[in-house]
Amino acid sequence: MRMQTAPSTAAAITPAAAFRRPSRGYWHTVRRRLSRDPLTLGCAAVLLLLVGIAIAAPWLGLDDPFKMSMIRRLKPPGYQGHLLGTDELGRDMLARLIFGARLSLFTGFVPVVLATLIGGGLGIIAGFTGGRWNMVIMRLIDVFYAFPSVLLAVAISGALGAGLLNSIVSLTLVFIPPIARIAESVTTQVREQDFVEAARATGASGWRIVQGHVLANVTGPILVYASSLISVSIVIASGLSFLGLGVSPPNAEWGLMLNTLRQAIYVAPMTAILPGIMIFVTSMCFNLMSDGLRGAMDIKNG
Amino acid sequence: MLLRAKKHDRSKAALAAATRDGDALRLLDRDSGPDPRDRGGPAQPMLIVKDLQKHYDIGRTALRGPRSVVRAVDGVSFEVAKGETLGIVGESGCGKSTTARLLMHLIEPDAGSVIFDGEEVSDVRGISVRDLRRNMQMVFQDSYASLNPRLTLADSIAFGPAVGGMPRAQAQARALTLLRMVGLDPESYAQRYPHELSGGQRQRVNIARALAMGPRVLILDESVSALDKSVEAQVLNLLRELKRDLGLTYIFISHDLNVVQYISDRVMVMYLGQVVESGPVDRIYGATRHPYTAALLSSRPSMDPRRRVAKPPLSGDPPNPINPPSGCRFRTRCPRAQERCASEAPMLAAAPDHDAHLTACHFPLSAAGGATPTGMEGLHGAAATDSGHAYGHTTKRLLRLQA
Repeated sequence: MRMQTAPSTAAAITPAAAFRRPSRGYWHTVRRRLSRDPLTLGCAAVLLLLVGIAIAAPWLGLDDPFKMSMIRRLKPPGYQGHLLGTDELGRDMLARLIFGARLSLFTGFVPVVLATLIGGGLGIIAGFTGGRWNMVIMRLIDVFYAFPSVLLAVAISGALGAGLLNSIVSLTLVFIPPIARIAESVTTQVREQDFVEAARATGASGWRIVQGHVLANVTGPILVYASSLISVSIVIASGLSFLGLGVSPPNAEWGLMLNTLRQAIYVAPMTAILPGIMIFVTSMCFNLMSDGLRGAMDIKNG
Repeated sequence: MLLRAKKHDRSKAALAAATRDGDALRLLDRDSGPDPRDRGGPAQPMLIVKDLQKHYDIGRTALRGPRSVVRAVDGVSFEVAKGETLGIVGESGCGKSTTARLLMHLIEPDAGSVIFDGEEVSDVRGISVRDLRRNMQMVFQDSYASLNPRLTLADSIAFGPAVGGMPRAQAQARALTLLRMVGLDPESYAQRYPHELSGGQRQRVNIARALAMGPRVLILDESVSALDKSVEAQVLNLLRELKRDLGLTYIFISHDLNVVQYISDRVMVMYLGQVVESGPVDRIYGATRHPYTAALLSSRPSMDPRRRVAKPPLSGDPPNPINPPSGCRFRTRCPRAQERCASEAPMLAAAPDHDAHLTACHFPLSAAGGATPTGMEGLHGAAATDSGHAYGHTTKRLLRLQA
């Protein structure tokens, strides 16, 4: 064939070498971009450390987070082996903060993961089928979307009653609508691309097209958005505990600790703001990391 | 790393399989004899399209106004013979692409029928939409949007056959064979991603992707329009080679009259959702009968400075397809329009001197060019053939340069 010469010279490298060196795929480019972003990497490191410590908490040789002492209440950091001092019931703050990280991170992750699965699924179905189904699903979601998220969480938690499980259910319900919206709009965009039309022209079923062509193109944006919700989830979960609708005492959870220490803010300010600092650092890190991810994954032309 | 290495071993094995037994090639090569899928025989047209119609109801445009209907495709009928290339030309918005999508049943037609090789496309009898799509594939204009950015080229090409039930290894082997057929070295391109390719290379991959289904008809919807002239010429020649080697039938949609003249056997001119003229390529370009075709042809830039047109032969946009003009739809822009054109819609009728040359016009131009209307003097005769040849020359020169 006459035409064969032109493209192979255009490749500029010998075909054998090109074959051995794998081509740069999308995720490769994303990884390379992330590796050059110190802020995102730093945040990821902080979060990994936090998760690692939270998981390893029982084996770190910490004080018992539930052991009270009436004579050592509200001591400042560094007092008699209490690295971060003690709370209003004389419990070790370091131990409580680390054990509190377990619950706080749990209430940050689990609702977002559940909401991503449910909301993402609904959004992809709505976006891909379009028409009447889109109408039904999206209007239903708009009903939930109309409420401010904190108010909705408080209302659902209030109706279900206090408790960890109920606050996770209410947070999941709060996060389904925004995730479904993102999923729907991204899927609608992808559905209109010619490659989906071309896939339809091969006689592929809707499910097959979603699997082979849509999912790969929508999971990125959905995950980026979901990662930014984790911090919101931690904050709202803390808020629920603060209001007495989430985790109940004597369990350690950052929001709950903030609530109980609030009365001591004038007596021992350094101790009282510690849970707040933890919430702030964690949610900041999640936000910055999700921003970095968004930047790295927003690649024009691939 | 390990995973990627494994993937490469796999494609290497697939490549070896493809080159060893040429299995996929034999599946596609039709040189050995008559196509076993040819049911109606050579005389049976590949496609017969009757009164194809698609109207879009866009609701009320005014608060209490009547419901508006866009007549995107309004009673289009044509035939495509086996092994020919039918060119479809017209301004943007005239229904070319809608016609293509209706043929593929990517959009459901409101009315009309499509008969593929003697079998009507229908749910109850004849050929199913699924089988039709296997026999007819489409290459789109936007080479980037028509490839999934997250799939390697080999995976993109192999998707169709895999959907049709072909085992993975065989589909991959076919993808590699097809890459070679469209002039891309499978060793260096199979594992690449669309954004690493140029527009011309991507369009080659799109052609390979369409061919992977083993179609008999290829619809090329503005497939070369977005490419550079030199790359366009290469792809056009590739299309010609593929057509010859695989015995394909083309429906070639373009707004570029020179390209259509270069590649087509027959040409169909559309205006506002209707066919205004159709016939063999030399008749359309050499003995134009419809004033619209004449205007289109004279709007081509000429290679000869003495023949350049100072005034545009057509001014303004085509009328709104929501409320097309009564009678002949071209009459509002036609220099030959008379009262009859407003009251009576012209039907497609054969030219007196040529049975296959159909024109929908009450007052067609005569082949001799005697009754040329003012503003179009001599344009549809000499100028048309001249610039047509000029394109041929350019292409040949480009090819010589590349060789």
